[in-house]
Amino acid sequence: MNQRRLAFFGALTALLAGLLWTGAPARAELRIDITSGQVQPMPIAIPAFAGAGGAEAQAGSNIAGVISADLERSGLFRPIDPRSFIQNVSATDNTAPRFGDWRQLNAQALVTGSVQTQGDGRLGVQFRLWDVFAEQQLTGFGYTTTPQNWRRIAHIIADEIYKRITGEDGYFDTRIVYVAESGPAQDRIKRLAIMDQDGANNKYLTDGRALVLTPRFSPTAQEITYLSYAAKTPRVYLLNIDTGQQEVIGDFPGMTFAPRFSPDGNRVVLSRAENGATNIYAFDLRTHRATRLTDSQAIDTSPCYSPDGSQIVFNSDRGGSQQLYMMSAEGGGARRISFGSGRYGTPVWSPRGDLIAFTKIGGGSFYIGVMHPDGSGERLLTQGFLVEGPTWAPNGRVLMYFSQGPSDSRGYGGSPHLQTIDLTGYNRRDVPTPGAASDPAWSPLLR
Amino acid sequence: MRMKVIGLVGVILLLAACSSTPPAPPPAPPAGPAGPPAGSVIPGSQQDLAQNAGDRVFFEFDRSDITSEAQQILQRQATWLQHYPNVSVTIEGHCDERGTREYNLALGERRAAAVKNVLVAAGIPASRVSTISYGKERPIVVGSNEEAWAQNRVAITTVN
Repeated sequence: MNQRRLAFFGALTALLAGLLWTGAPARAELRIDITSGQVQPMPIAIPAFAGAGGAEAQAGSNIAGVISADLERSGLFRPIDPRSFIQNVSATDNTAPRFGDWRQLNAQALVTGSVQTQGDGRLGVQFRLWDVFAEQQLTGFGYTTTPQNWRRIAHIIADEIYKRITGEDGYFDTRIVYVAESGPAQDRIKRLAIMDQDGANNKYLTDGRALVLTPRFSPTAQEITYLSYAAKTPRVYLLNIDTGQQEVIGDFPGMTFAPRFSPDGNRVVLSRAENGATNIYAFDLRTHRATRLTDSQAIDTSPCYSPDGSQIVFNSDRGGSQQLYMMSAEGGGARRISFGSGRYGTPVWSPRGDLIAFTKIGGGSFYIGVMHPDGSGERLLTQGFLVEGPTWAPNGRVLMYFSQGPSDSRGYGGSPHLQTIDLTGYNRRDVPTPGAASDPAWSPLLR
Repeated sequence: MRMKVIGLVGVILLLAACSSTPPAPPPAPPAGPAGPPAGSVIPGSQQDLAQNAGDRVFFEFDRSDITSEAQQILQRQATWLQHYPNVSVTIEGHCDERGTREYNLALGERRAAAVKNVLVAAGIPASRVSTISYGKERPIVVGSNEEAWAQNRVAITTVN
């Protein structure tokens, strides 16, 4: 696993681009506060990255387009229409941009960049982020990679821009694993699929012969744990994305489901159902030993570790209806944390540790909401006929989930699709997928 | 034989009328000159079970209690299974769409287990009865309305 990550670092090298250009005195920081409700998106100009040859110019245009789309979808930036641009810029110039031209367009930030093909055929990409009003370079990096890897360079640059302007890590160089759905509702074909966070590079991981559900990434994003009916009995599996190798987790009698990795990747926590009772187990992937964590006649499922690995949040109907409970990662006494009206499920801990996202069902509607780990501060972010299964962007600022409308008796209308919403409750977006999609899981940052 | 089959079907429908959630009508017997006559349902088959005992029982929302109507159907299933000692069955537990996926997988298992327990208590060896949950993933009836949801909160006994 680590070897592959190292290999990737070899293929993609980053360096600080040249000297920081400091032409004007510092002024108030160009900054977006992403914690404050609905923000006014920052106008940003992202002209095509300069390239000498046709292929380089095309790559430069493509890279600028992907950066623009990433930043636009975040809701925090408003990329300015390139058709209004006054000057051609290139980061290879050692001179600063003509800031006056960009101020005329009300651009607060400007991204310039260039693409060169190197002797070994690899692509060299540089970019600089400028504060147009302060006339200062804010950051700049150079990257080298294979030409077919250009999208990742664009996402990495978008992450750098996001980080420099918001002060928080980005989430664009990430992937989504999800369940691709096709066919009639009574006999729907469900396949595991993986794609970039913006919907590009979609690829199917299973062939659809077996019903599969609830894929989740390992902390390295190299493995997926999921539920499959491949052996007739529903069981939790492990899939290596690179090798395609699949294996059953554990040797449990009966049905296992609802898997999630521990933050260190050494364990998978899952549920096992037997004779009407569903309990939670931790399976150690190194020792292949399972530890039983709950012992009830209730339905205890959808377990999720805290980012520090010390606690597990799950849902249980032990009190009569489906509610959220918290317990030590070693099992034992659990205390209820959800006390609002309705039923609560699918709790997922934010990577920042400060919030738990959940699905709530009440009054004929589904909701996606968040609460603090002690159960306080519940906020509902979005509502629908069926919205379910939140997953966090690695920076803990955006949630993805699936949404499905009511279906009529012919099955129309009941196809799920993926959506994102900001933690603020604003900026709801559809996520493009080739077909119907459910059960998204967001990877960590790939670097 | 034919009259007897029809008589049993009539009983099932009458029972259903008392239920708050009407079960699906049993599959129509094959008709037309090409199909076999209704009286020649293969003994011990799924169709035989559906017509002569009833192959499914229904549940209230978020519940796995065996209703009195369900109890009667399951007693007939047990009698039928005793009549065909070589037949083994799988109980499929299903849920309506108004729950989360993982919770409904557990609820479907609990419904299937509740049915299995009744059959075992009625003398059917546990080795002849397996269970599987489909949660809300394989609805029997499509539609987002009370009628469809009632049909989908179900445990179906399927002949292996």
